[in-house]
Amino acid sequence: MPSRRRRVDRQRLPIPALILAIIAIAFFALPFIGLVWRTPWRLTWEVLTDPDVRQALWLSIWCSLWATALSITFGVPLAWLLARVGFPGRGVVRALATLSMVLPPVVGGVALFFSFGRRGLFGQYLYNWFGFRLPFTTRGVIVAQTFVAMPFLVLTMEGALRQMDRRFEDAARTLGASRGYVFRRVTMPAVWPAFIAGCVLTWARALGEFGATITFAGNFPRTTQTMPLAIYLALESNPDEALVLSMVLIAVSFAVLIGLRDRWLGGSARALT
Amino acid sequence: MTLRIDAGVQLGPLALAVEVGVQPGEVLAVLGPNGAGKSSLLRIVAGLVALDRGRLTVDDDVLDDPVGNVFVPPDRRPVGMVFQDYLLFTNLTALENVAFGLRARGVGRTTARLRAAELLDRMGLSSHAMARPSGLSGGQAQRVALARALATSPRVLLLDEPLAALDATTRTGVRRDLRHHLNDFEGMTIVVTHDPVDAYALADSVAIVDHGEVVQRGTIADVTAHPRSQYVADLIGTNLVAGDVANGVLVTSSGAQVVVAGAAPGPGFAMIRPQAIALQRHVATDSSVRNSWTGTIGPIDLLGDRVRVGVLGALPLTAEITAASLAELDLQPGDAIVASAKATDITAYPA
Repeated sequence: MPSRRRRVDRQRLPIPALILAIIAIAFFALPFIGLVWRTPWRLTWEVLTDPDVRQALWLSIWCSLWATALSITFGVPLAWLLARVGFPGRGVVRALATLSMVLPPVVGGVALFFSFGRRGLFGQYLYNWFGFRLPFTTRGVIVAQTFVAMPFLVLTMEGALRQMDRRFEDAARTLGASRGYVFRRVTMPAVWPAFIAGCVLTWARALGEFGATITFAGNFPRTTQTMPLAIYLALESNPDEALVLSMVLIAVSFAVLIGLRDRWLGGSARALT
Repeated sequence: MTLRIDAGVQLGPLALAVEVGVQPGEVLAVLGPNGAGKSSLLRIVAGLVALDRGRLTVDDDVLDDPVGNVFVPPDRRPVGMVFQDYLLFTNLTALENVAFGLRARGVGRTTARLRAAELLDRMGLSSHAMARPSGLSGGQAQRVALARALATSPRVLLLDEPLAALDATTRTGVRRDLRHHLNDFEGMTIVVTHDPVDAYALADSVAIVDHGEVVQRGTIADVTAHPRSQYVADLIGTNLVAGDVANGVLVTSSGAQVVVAGAAPGPGFAMIRPQAIALQRHVATDSSVRNSWTGTIGPIDLLGDRVRVGVLGALPLTAEITAASLAELDLQPGDAIVASAKATDITAYPA
């Protein structure tokens, strides 16, 4: 039966593409297998109960969540502006907002340092007038992470806002919904999957952030030493500990990614009235 | 107590300049070809497009007046709109869709849902209240969209191609239901459509819009009896000839003549029904028929036992003859032909 054959054909990937896809899967999986194989599991308990490690893990989670929250607060309005408002220089603003994604994070950290450092162009006023110090503080970690991670949210949200059918917003307006109500009840539900995906990307980028953090916030246990920094440091002094720390970071990231996928990305959107 | 639209707005290449009024209880059909500005007219009334010139009022309330610097935003207009494709919120149930407008206006959830349930009940949809839009048929979705638009008790109801998304089998029934619901509505209604059958079934009066302007406005009977544009003539399938009348003869710009009985002098129209046109191979010398035009046979369309034959010449016409006549005359495209019509079968009226 020709119709049945066509259906089967559509489901099956051509053999060459299948081989390349399997190579890609292997490329992602093999490094982790190597890591798991080499990890000294007997040290796990010892490392996990080390107060410095727990501090680094806690700091990583705390700072990355803050960075995600800040990215949502400022990034969603920015995405809205880029997607919906035509203004001169929009291209330049978009390039600027995504520059930190392309730059080596160390360069971002250096830029932050010379702008918001204690003697930086803007940082000196923050310090002299308000006594507010960013570099070498936990706040600095959050700022560095937000700087490199926010573009992921801005880009995904802007794309989704552009693609959504705006006539649904029109329909809501004619039903008596204010612009704010339309945003909460129509726009956000429509771009919800993209929003969650953007948040996950942003959070993951913040959690793994290394270069900008170490340049701008330094590497001080308990205040600025996040997991990636701790791993890098341990690699030089105690490689076994570095391996266990890596496994911990992988486990946390993997758990969150899988959890979010089932909860938000797979299922249908929620009822909102 | 009326809706008055005096709309001037530039929309890309289209300059919309429409003046039209609707009375309470009246259903006005806006009919016109694609791209004529019909939907834009609804978007103006809904407040989704702002006027450049003119004035928009409902009863004594000014909704848009660029000169007076008044613009009421869409969420504060007494207007309900049923969009093309209905645009039901896909993440909400039918009930939540209908309750949306009330919720947006600050009505409590329980009250809003009760009112929505009432409306769905009136639409005969109580059993589908908990269905998502994806689980509704086209006709059901249309009724939910109508209930949603009516839930906030608007004074003006706008419908943009309410039947275009339906397939032919459900269309007739849905059209009848819609007519019934529009009859119950006491406010002013505008229905945009490109289908004269919809206009005839749903509306009391019709405005023909073409190239951003109202080219004809009146009751449907009046507009179809006296078409004033080629678009309307094509819609109802008749021949319309424009020209100047002098001494009982209408002369077109290309010089063709139509003898019209008792027509007033000056610019005028002559409508010649295709059924009133006879076709012969040769000019009849001893006939009482006053009008005969020579031409060649154009396209031939079979409509069951009737045939529409295009006649090309100084006066392009469409004649409707029986299939038997076609066979007898053995007409082929390109043949020379004489078309004729009695002056008494021609309706003439001033432009």
